[in-house]
Amino acid sequence: MKKLGSRLLAGPYLIWMVLFTIIPLCLILYNAFTTFEGRFTIENVMAITDYVNAKPLLLSLNMSLVVTLICFVLSFPLALVLSKYSKNKNSIIVMVFILPMWMNFMLRTLAWRLILLNNGFLNKGLGIFGFNPVYLMNTKAAVILGTAYDYFPFMLLPIYNALVKIDKDVINAAKDLGATSFIILKRIMLPLSLPGIVSGITMVFVPSMSEFVIADMLGGNKVYLIGNVIEQAFNSGYADVHLGSGLSLSLMGLIIISMVIYKFFDKGEGGHGIW
Amino acid sequence: MVNGIKKTAEKVYLVIILLLLYIPIALLVISSFNASERNKAVWGGFTFKAYAELIQDEIVMGALYNTLLLAGGASLIATILGTLVCIGMINMKKRSKSFIMGVTQIPLLNSDIVTGISLMLLFTRFADLSFVTMLVAHVTFIIPYVVLSVQPKVLQLNLSTYEAALDLGASHLYAMWKVIIPEIMPGILSGFLLAFTMSLDDFSVTYFTKAPGLNTMSTMINAEYRKGIQTEIYALSTIVFIIVLFVLFIINRRSEKAYKQREESGVAL
Amino acid sequence: MHKCPLMFKAVTVLIIAAMLFSSCGRNVEEKAENQIVVFNYGDYIDRDILKQFEKETGIKVVYEEFLTPEAMYTKYKNGTVKYDLICCSDYMIDKMIKEKEAREINYTAMEHIGNIGETYWKVSESFDGDRKYTVPYFWGTVGILYNTTMVDGVPGSWNDLWDAKYKNNIIMQNSVRDSFIPPLILDGCSINTTDEKSLRKALEALKRQKSLVQSYLVDEVRDDMVNEQAAMAVIYSGEASLATEYNEDLAYVVPKEGSNVWMDSWVIPEGAKNYNGAVKFLDFLCRTDIAEKNFEYVYYSTPNQSVLDNIDEEEKEEDTAIFPDENVLERCEMFTYLGPEAEELYNKLWKELKVVG
Repeated sequence: MKKLGSRLLAGPYLIWMVLFTIIPLCLILYNAFTTFEGRFTIENVMAITDYVNAKPLLLSLNMSLVVTLICFVLSFPLALVLSKYSKNKNSIIVMVFILPMWMNFMLRTLAWRLILLNNGFLNKGLGIFGFNPVYLMNTKAAVILGTAYDYFPFMLLPIYNALVKIDKDVINAAKDLGATSFIILKRIMLPLSLPGIVSGITMVFVPSMSEFVIADMLGGNKVYLIGNVIEQAFNSGYADVHLGSGLSLSLMGLIIISMVIYKFFDKGEGGHGIW
Repeated sequence: MVNGIKKTAEKVYLVIILLLLYIPIALLVISSFNASERNKAVWGGFTFKAYAELIQDEIVMGALYNTLLLAGGASLIATILGTLVCIGMINMKKRSKSFIMGVTQIPLLNSDIVTGISLMLLFTRFADLSFVTMLVAHVTFIIPYVVLSVQPKVLQLNLSTYEAALDLGASHLYAMWKVIIPEIMPGILSGFLLAFTMSLDDFSVTYFTKAPGLNTMSTMINAEYRKGIQTEIYALSTIVFIIVLFVLFIINRRSEKAYKQREESGVAL
Repeated sequence: MHKCPLMFKAVTVLIIAAMLFSSCGRNVEEKAENQIVVFNYGDYIDRDILKQFEKETGIKVVYEEFLTPEAMYTKYKNGTVKYDLICCSDYMIDKMIKEKEAREINYTAMEHIGNIGETYWKVSESFDGDRKYTVPYFWGTVGILYNTTMVDGVPGSWNDLWDAKYKNNIIMQNSVRDSFIPPLILDGCSINTTDEKSLRKALEALKRQKSLVQSYLVDEVRDDMVNEQAAMAVIYSGEASLATEYNEDLAYVVPKEGSNVWMDSWVIPEGAKNYNGAVKFLDFLCRTDIAEKNFEYVYYSTPNQSVLDNIDEEEKEEDTAIFPDENVLERCEMFTYLGPEAEELYNKLWKELKVVG
């Protein structure tokens, strides 16, 4: 293919990305390091260390870790079972577990409001069995539940795809050699599925760090995350574009650090696409 | 015997997770038929009223229309741009390729809130918010998904057919259209589908770049849920659920057929 | 050879079908060169009125909503959307007028402007001193909405919101100035104080209260209370009125220590593209039949005298929330714009409250 052809084909894409990805990011960079009057400053980027910003950040970190853990603990065994029984990568059983992902997440979060309200389905159900009602709405627990529910398929799919690629003969050989299920799990399945696990963790941990709308819908504005801080820095009364940009930069920095860790684990799978 | 217990345990676990995943959706569906207005946990009788009101509800239907228009349009543009760049990368130097792939990763690395905010800053300076700005925003954050779906297929391409076509006198364009595109078509389609899904489900990017009076499903729900339970939205989710079920069923059928075809023709998997 | 066309076709057909389905709920868009962009509080107008206006005048109404006055101001200042009409509260209008962001309204072009009662023009003078920039829309008080089955007696004092008996059963306003009303009044201060010490003291009270608070909400308060999600809530009188209608166990009280009386009015901001359309819309809102219809839906206290004259005395006596007594109003104060430094202080304190707990 001629050079010109290559450039022509890739050109539109590059122009688009420069205009709408790189330049906007430069705007954030510029705003982060300037004040209202236009002087240079690092106080916006350092603002992440302020108590009013650090606390929500730590809360986000905390909650994202819990969400990721819940997703992993629930989805890994599921992926194991599914990969054992599936005939191919796209078996209908897997589709059934992925289907919720394709429904708008706001709708699914609405469902959780129905369930968790004081006289919602959860308490009605508990009442039938004679248990006392639980008041989960507008708590951190509700937000964690809602977020884990939302991101669960994003953890399941990569792990499942990784497990399904493991050659069944390897497992059978191990069984023939006398390995117990535990050893097979520990020595074969876990290591070989590690890229999928890391992929799943990234797809859950990173986005859930910047979540703010689930906290609004299920947290009653009592759960104040870094996503809320940044959103309010741009949209609410105490809007400060510079502060918001500085905080966004700090958030980006954190995410880049976690991506670096991801690359460290991702040996040799490069180019296999998202799923 | 232990095997039997293990199998039952596995099946039980599958069912539990299935229930956990689907009970919320099922409750949405059931509630859409529940006549009681205030408290959906109390059954007030079966009714289709919500569905009738849904069709009349301009806010909800308008949002649905915008969502589909936006997702369809953005995915189309993104697929075209993304496919073109992947084909363009075939004969590129390693350095250019890495650069392009690097740039592609940026929207993926950024949380959607950063993407939305950065685009909002751009639009604040240079343009008024309108449907076009929403479209641009959507294309921007879904394009990487197209590239990441098409690129593997492109890497697997065997260029000899393409070169043969050129030798036989075909123009580059014709050869590209008739040889390359059909071969990478599965990647293009899955890229389109993935882009479409990501656009449908987005909230943050749309939230920061939306035009007045224009809502997508996500931003509409964000605005309306505060005003109390609106059963039309539950009716909408039931319809969405049925559509998604249908689409996934079709996709599954066709990939199962393809799988069977490959099995029967003895091709290595 | 092509394995995919069937799926591709099916998905395309589905998408087109869904779009056709969804477009049947929408009016066919006439290319309205004539339109007005209206920015208002959430759920604060009868949407049928907008459609009626479009039908009568051919001017399309593009309608957007906001949650708090502060959020409105930010969006407005952003400049990305040119609003023709903004409905906002006293202190925020005060700010906009002082910052020269409001245009003078051409009252002479408005046929029905006389429907607004003189009392309400007088009240507006506290933020629109020259009576040039606003058209009153709705007004009301701030008080406590409580569930009589969940609360002992009548919570007639702001102090009742700090009662540990109602832990996790209290809803507060998620609005920076409204949230400071209870502690400031309890401390004997004006709700317009800019004294940092008093404000900090109020903040401490709010921080102490936070563990008792279930949530900080704005529009959701009414429905949460109707659904018995909480025992008490700080709420606007108009919301309370509707709430008590939906759930008979609910009641509204303006605490004895005093409270806030507010007025929401329309302004035409600088940068409005369709000034005449905006004036037409304001005139339309003042028309008796429209104002009545809107009042029936929104059910807040209306400043429209012609509507008030049509309501019989019985109803006025019954609904004390939207027809408050003189003695209630006497102990209520209206917000004023506090200036940029005080605003910044408020925002700082508000943020500190948010991160507690």
